[in-house]
Amino acid sequence: MAVELTINDIPVSVPEGTTILDAARTINIDIPTLCYLNLHEMKLNNHIASCRVCVVEVEGRRTLAPSCSTPVTPGMVVKTDTPRAIKARRTMVELLLSDHPKSCLTCSKNLDCDLQALASDLGVRNITYEGEESRFAIDKSSKAIVRDPNKCIRCRRCETMCNEVQTVGVYSAVGRGFETVVKTAFDLPQHKTSCTFCGQCLAVCPTGALTELDQVDKVWKALNDPERFVIAETAPAVRVALGEGFGLEPGAIVTGKMVAALKRLGFDRVFDTEFAADLTIVEEATELMDRLKKGGRLPILTSCCPAWVKFFEHQFPDLLDIPSTCKSPHEMFGVIAKKYYADLMGIDPQRITVVSVMPCVAKKYEAARPELGRDPKTPDVDIVITTRELARMIREAGIHFGALPDEDFDQPLGESTGAAVIFGTTGGVIEAALRTAYEWITGRPLARIEFEEFRGMEGIKEAVIDMAGRDFRVAVTHGLGNARKILEKIQAGDSEYDAIEIMACPGGCIGGGGQPYHHGNMEILKARAAAIYREDRNKTLRKSHENPAVRTLYEKYLGEPYGEKAHMLLHTHYIERRKI
Amino acid sequence: MSQSEPGQMTQQAEIPDGGVNRQFALLDEFVASLPYKKENLIAILHRAQEIFGSLPEEVQMHIAYLLDIPAAKVYGVVSFYSFFTMKARGRHVVNVCTGTACFVRGAAKIQLEVEKQLGIKTGETTEDGLFTLESLRCVGACGLAPVLVIDGKVYGKVEVGQVKEILGEYREK
Repeated sequence: MAVELTINDIPVSVPEGTTILDAARTINIDIPTLCYLNLHEMKLNNHIASCRVCVVEVEGRRTLAPSCSTPVTPGMVVKTDTPRAIKARRTMVELLLSDHPKSCLTCSKNLDCDLQALASDLGVRNITYEGEESRFAIDKSSKAIVRDPNKCIRCRRCETMCNEVQTVGVYSAVGRGFETVVKTAFDLPQHKTSCTFCGQCLAVCPTGALTELDQVDKVWKALNDPERFVIAETAPAVRVALGEGFGLEPGAIVTGKMVAALKRLGFDRVFDTEFAADLTIVEEATELMDRLKKGGRLPILTSCCPAWVKFFEHQFPDLLDIPSTCKSPHEMFGVIAKKYYADLMGIDPQRITVVSVMPCVAKKYEAARPELGRDPKTPDVDIVITTRELARMIREAGIHFGALPDEDFDQPLGESTGAAVIFGTTGGVIEAALRTAYEWITGRPLARIEFEEFRGMEGIKEAVIDMAGRDFRVAVTHGLGNARKILEKIQAGDSEYDAIEIMACPGGCIGGGGQPYHHGNMEILKARAAAIYREDRNKTLRKSHENPAVRTLYEKYLGEPYGEKAHMLLHTHYIERRKI
Repeated sequence: MSQSEPGQMTQQAEIPDGGVNRQFALLDEFVASLPYKKENLIAILHRAQEIFGSLPEEVQMHIAYLLDIPAAKVYGVVSFYSFFTMKARGRHVVNVCTGTACFVRGAAKIQLEVEKQLGIKTGETTEDGLFTLESLRCVGACGLAPVLVIDGKVYGKVEVGQVKEILGEYREK
């Protein structure tokens, strides 16, 4: 049923149950918000109404109403812009600032902070309230996420994301009153919890309380060390988001400019993680065929996402034998760079520094996993930086990104197919795997190369593919809460799936924790996904097994896919971990 | 990078004390008797504190495991309510009511006297483990203000001079 009301004297008609905030948006009034965050596509709705920044006047009501959590009623008369409402909002921000470090200039969220933007928009020009400030220890214990509770404004977006969307439950509001702060259980350092390092908490944190571990200086140091041979590899999702760091439209494809920028930063070689994504598909499709042939355990689960891997290690230790044993593409890349490419070029692998540019903060943690390297001195990947960190390096170097010419990846590890591009979005890995597995299993060329049924933001997508008379059941899921539902089905023995793709971040890597901040705008994620599929269509080769450089790698170096050497270099194992 | 990775599964330490095992068994029994478990977190915490005397990490971890909820959530609730304590308490828990009526009738002086007699501050436990001193806000016996509560027994209209004697009863127990 529709409800009629007026907002700032403008008649509005909205469905029953709509909040004042959403009703105002239908007439293009954006009431300022801070703690509120409603991301329908991710099923995240944080409306605890604790910050009181969105208050408005409602006729006949003594107190101001928080518009984010007040539903409209028939005949309601709302004023969003009265002096009283405006002053109250400003006061709320001033009170928040009374217990917030005033160190914006040196904060990593400087110019990208919701609280700062609000203070600016609401005309806060004085620190009106000086009082006690919280003092908490900063947690830099993990390899991926830095937690500075002093900058926490208790909006609890991270808690909602971690507990409800991801169902990991690392955070909780602890204590009461002024002392309240969002923390881990028993104040444990982050790396001792079940944290998957997916980084979705920092993707929604409105301040600098949660950020990634900054590794830019390590990259600068390697680049300026004449002894080091520094190789960059870039994940698919980076090229459709990096442009946002320079004011380009979301979904702008900047592959060529990104390569040019990396070369100007001084990388000795600029290669593509997509090369290794094709390699991953060849290995994973062969592993699948091996399981089908030998009656191995199904479903096979993808293993490219390090946050997902850590999730099942903590939450489903009884299922450690079903994920594919394939290393993630950037790890495969690292080992190939340090073995095959080093041999090819006659470079001492100890001199090579592999820098992964990733849309992800969990990749930082993954690169530090001790089993992902042939020995402690040569990890597969040395340094991981996020899309955001690369954008900053480009700015630091004063490179005019928009004016850069398009340049090509170096060869041979820069060669890739369309199947590798789509790794960057939910559904892409399984689509890529099917393009290869279908042809190998049926021995027939694939008539329809695009699998629309696995695309889009739906939380769990399923389809049955006819593989030469055998029904092949496939599921795709993103967001760890959705993954949990599927894994519980498997645990209960109710699963008939043959293959499942799982990505930890809602939307897949395009929505990764290391991407430019979306500030709650899901259209940005959709634009990035659309760009991924455009980039796929732009490629001449669109099936991983057709990648000529990958074929050469097997012929000259690895031997058989899923063979002995491939096993040693490209596969890994998983570790049972405690749930906390 | 060769060191064993943090967060990795380690063998749970054997609990040597049969008494501790008994305490966990009591808690398990209580939780098993509840038709709804997650919904009864607070009741379970009360019972656990009754059994163990406090709610140390391992007890909270165990409750999280039993209820299949994150340990952070259990910790959040424990840290919110002042009734719950993570620190082991003494054999006798002394509470000085500092609610409005008691406060007006001199609770602060009573509190100071108890602190002096026990040689500890409010919130602390004596070294011999005999007493823990806490404060609470109103036990609903304002007519008897100021009020002192020891192990649930209420002492009304307490005067500073009586404190030593009252505590003495418990020293002998």
